[in-house]
Amino acid sequence: MIVAKRKPFDEIRQLLKGYKKVLNVGCGTCVAVCLAGGEKEVSVLNAELDMAGKLDNTPIEIAGITIERQCDREYLEALDSKVGNYEALLSMACGAGIQFLAERYPQIPVLPAVDTTFIGVNQAVGWYEERCRSCSSCVLGHTGGICPVTMCAKGLYNGPCGGTNKGSCEIDTNQPCAWYMIYERLKGQGRLDCILEISPPNDWQNQIPRTVIQPGYSKPEAAAK
Amino acid sequence: MKSGSNLEKILKAGHFAFTGELGPPRGTGAEEVRHKASFLKGNVDAVNITDNQTAVVRMSSWAASLIVLQEGLEPNYQMVCRDRNRLAMQSDILGAYTLGIRNMLCLSGDHQKFGDHPQAKGVFDIDSMQLIGMVKKMRDEGKFLGGTEILNPPQIFIGAAANPFADPFEWRVHRLAKKIASGVDFVQTQCIYNMEKFRAFIKQANDMGLTEKVYILAGVTPMKSVGMAKYMKSKVPGMDVPDDIIKRLQGVDKTKVADEGIKIACEQIEEFKEMKGVAGVHLMAIEWEHKVPEIAERAKVLPRPVID
Ligand code: SF4
Ligand code: SF4
Repeated sequence: MIVAKRKPFDEIRQLLKGYKKVLNVGCGTCVAVCLAGGEKEVSVLNAELDMAGKLDNTPIEIAGITIERQCDREYLEALDSKVGNYEALLSMACGAGIQFLAERYPQIPVLPAVDTTFIGVNQAVGWYEERCRSCSSCVLGHTGGICPVTMCAKGLYNGPCGGTNKGSCEIDTNQPCAWYMIYERLKGQGRLDCILEISPPNDWQNQIPRTVIQPGYSKPEAAAK
Repeated sequence: MKSGSNLEKILKAGHFAFTGELGPPRGTGAEEVRHKASFLKGNVDAVNITDNQTAVVRMSSWAASLIVLQEGLEPNYQMVCRDRNRLAMQSDILGAYTLGIRNMLCLSGDHQKFGDHPQAKGVFDIDSMQLIGMVKKMRDEGKFLGGTEILNPPQIFIGAAANPFADPFEWRVHRLAKKIASGVDFVQTQCIYNMEKFRAFIKQANDMGLTEKVYILAGVTPMKSVGMAKYMKSKVPGMDVPDDIIKRLQGVDKTKVADEGIKIACEQIEEFKEMKGVAGVHLMAIEWEHKVPEIAERAKVLPRPVID
């Protein structure tokens, strides 16, 4: 899932400065699971904003709504009849959701309340770790299911570098060396031949905005407009 | 001859090579570089010019390399993958070769987190393995990585690093084999203190036939003090300093520690001269350049061979 964390409160207040009537839009998918921007987080943030506004005499009328997915037109539609009543929208969705919201209502300022952080896993409640940088050419098949792009501090395709230190990465003894893990796992599987081959320079595909159209589908004419 | 560099000639002729290291200044001005070079000239076959070593900004490696070249010393131009993408790398290589640089050392580079700009975005567009292959392609195929032809391709003697001590030990020799397959001509190792482990590494490399395909220069850094030895042991990732070394340094009179460090280094060098598979020594006497003449003398590697 996509993991985000709430922006510092002061930064959110700074972004909202001057707006008196705001709708805070949460998202019920990834950011809800990682406890950053679901229904509960929307109401907590709204209560804090309300309180802070009252305390320093800059009252703000802030409402909240959480839709199933902000990155999906189908669910955004539910906001069409509401947004006109507000001077600005605050969004607690990931960066994609925030942009989709802004795209749908181009006349209204849309402000981010979270910092979108990574694609990661749920290690335990409240504890998430990054696992993928969405490089568009997945190499997990020959790296033992461990991503060198994300997990190696240098994103090396032919590791480990000379800094590996008793299994940890040179940047931090608490950070396992990705390539050490890759080696250990492949060794355990008897598949070290996977990394004997030189991995050629990567064909970076994440340097321009990417589009995916699945086989059998096409860009609907209506959406293009 | 691949490049016709002095280092290549020395190694090809079967001489025991002796190379040095020089860190460019943290500012402008050629004087510091010239001053350091004065101690190395005539005592080493080539000198590595570090590239923003430990991720600290310094005068660019190619610029300091050119100053060294003017001093009549052969530079070994280091390039790390941390600071440049493939376009910048290739254009720097063209410029460096055009102005007389003939050796390169291809490295991944220390992570930016260690340096004076920990906020920097690390580039790592390609890694050291791929950089080796890119320089080889430029040289042997006369093509850029992208495939287009190069006008007067650069003839570079290609170097890389190897750390026989980093984990996993069993993989290190395979990684060396990968660098050879990528096209490396010579390899400089991490500073060696654990001789036993190094002997095991070289034996593996000999057994796999790797030492026939690449010149290995054993890395030597004399210990200046007990503090340095302890620091290297505990703080420098991928460094293997056995307790024996620390004990030996502690065992001598305080005023003699540096001398003992040089003594240990010289003993190592004597062993390397006889060790099958070792083609020379790379002396990293960082910020101790003025000691190089003495070390070279005591290690009995002088005079350096001159080959036309
Ligand atoms: S290689 Fe890594 S970054 Fe690329 S898609 Fe696979 S997991 Fe994601
Ligand atoms: S120590 Fe391991 S994880 Fe860290 S940069 Fe080197 S290869 Fe990558």
